[in-house]
Amino acid sequence: MFADTIAGALRRVGAATLDSLARLGFAARFSVAIVMHLPGAFRRLSLTLREIYFEGVLSLVIILVSGLFVGMVLALQGYDVLTRYGANESLGILVALSLVRELGPVVAGLLFASRAGSAVTAEIGLMKTTEQLSAMEMMAVDPLARVVAPRFVGGIISMPLLASLFSTLGIFGAYLVGVRLIGIDAGSFWGNMQAAVDFRYDILNGFIKSVVFGIAVSAIAVFEGYNARPTAEGVSSATTRTVVASSLSILALDFVLTVFMFRGVGV
Amino acid sequence: MPVVETAAVSPTCPTEIAVRLTGVTFGYDRARPVLRGIDMTVPRGRLVAIMGGSGCGKTTILRLIGGQLRAQTGTVCVAGEDVGALDREALFALRRRIGMLFQFGALFTDMSVFENIAFPLREHTELQEELIRDLVLMKLNAVGLRGAAQLYPSELSGGMSRRVALARAIALDPMLVMYDEPFAGLDPISLGIVGQLVRRLNDALGITSIVVTHDIYESLKIVDYIYFVSEGRIIAQGTPDEVRASHDPFVRQFVDGQPDGPVPFHYPAKAIGREFASHVR
Repeated sequence: MFADTIAGALRRVGAATLDSLARLGFAARFSVAIVMHLPGAFRRLSLTLREIYFEGVLSLVIILVSGLFVGMVLALQGYDVLTRYGANESLGILVALSLVRELGPVVAGLLFASRAGSAVTAEIGLMKTTEQLSAMEMMAVDPLARVVAPRFVGGIISMPLLASLFSTLGIFGAYLVGVRLIGIDAGSFWGNMQAAVDFRYDILNGFIKSVVFGIAVSAIAVFEGYNARPTAEGVSSATTRTVVASSLSILALDFVLTVFMFRGVGV
Repeated sequence: MPVVETAAVSPTCPTEIAVRLTGVTFGYDRARPVLRGIDMTVPRGRLVAIMGGSGCGKTTILRLIGGQLRAQTGTVCVAGEDVGALDREALFALRRRIGMLFQFGALFTDMSVFENIAFPLREHTELQEELIRDLVLMKLNAVGLRGAAQLYPSELSGGMSRRVALARAIALDPMLVMYDEPFAGLDPISLGIVGQLVRRLNDALGITSIVVTHDIYESLKIVDYIYFVSEGRIIAQGTPDEVRASHDPFVRQFVDGQPDGPVPFHYPAKAIGREFASHVR
């Protein structure tokens, strides 16, 4: 009896390990296949542009509104702390560096994963469930080239643009609160910001972060959709996995990238 | 018209036969084989039905013919080519000569009816847009839905979706069309229309057709030959007249719709005496 229990437990562990390895192997082959099909996404430019519209343009509302409010809150909180040290003229620097280096790419990435990543997974998963991907294969059209690659590239292009707009609206929100509402001098707000924010060190590194997050979210979204079980429950789980895995990847990658990019700040 | 590409003809596969399966076995895992030694021949120009209960492996046979699955043993020959031996490029070239209608149509939901049928033409030909328009409308006219060209799949009934999918399946003038449960879930009128379309298109276009279905009455009306599959084996076959006259227990159960017989009513289980009242012992 005891031996049976042990054997059953070992079998379950073995099956789970084999499943994980199979999934990892599929993910690796899938990644290689996407890379092979990337040039095709540019040949089918109209499809890629369509995905930029669905993933990027349709995410604008949530990105712009969130950016505005994050900037406004950042200004209120920043002003409160900076005033204690008599440094309230540095509000522009605080807001700009926070947004451009961290909050812009990270929060925009999290919102992008929730809004666009989940939609991509659900769409591809439903196409699989309703046999549209099989139909495409039977028509001698590769779904990786026709469906997956344009969505992947569309996400990579959209993400940095959305992060830039998020930071821009955040800075504008901070200006509204800091300068218009609280009354900080506009010259010192913009002047200090201009002097302190470095294009290569701050803006370019923030841009690189957003590109990396775009690759991570898009890869997870298309993989989960393509690998979803073809049932309603399977698509639902895949969509949830996309949001969870994308969010965790963004936060983990952000730490790793920050370590490499901003070592000069004392890490 | 569409480019027709041919790969090297396999010496083991005769070109005069549209589809031939020889000793084909297949299983998704080793413990549960789905197909166990299937032998099947579909001559060119014929309309053949594969029938059997749900989950008996009918659709798997279509997937093997289309190269979406590979047989574990045996050979699958389509138009003189050994499907299992083809590389991806050759397989795609073969698929351009095969049309397939999926169980619920599998229309692309983000495209109109017109765009759905134009899809294979745009992907595989360099035809001018005017010519594509004419071809699409001709295919739609053949299935009686020319007037529905601008509708979206969500606006179609089940029968209309099936007919649009049929028009899309014949868009590239294939040599073989496979139908996966074309009659499932249709009202009697739509069922009759789809059945007649399958027969008419087969004869008018000179194509070979394979219909996977469990609708015995509609099949007996339209097909040339029927294979019965049960538990992964072909257990009976014949022309519609032979099937009607058959005394084979499985065929009789299938044709007469009897709930119990060679296909048991109960799923395999422990003896009923051991299942119930076990606490008494």
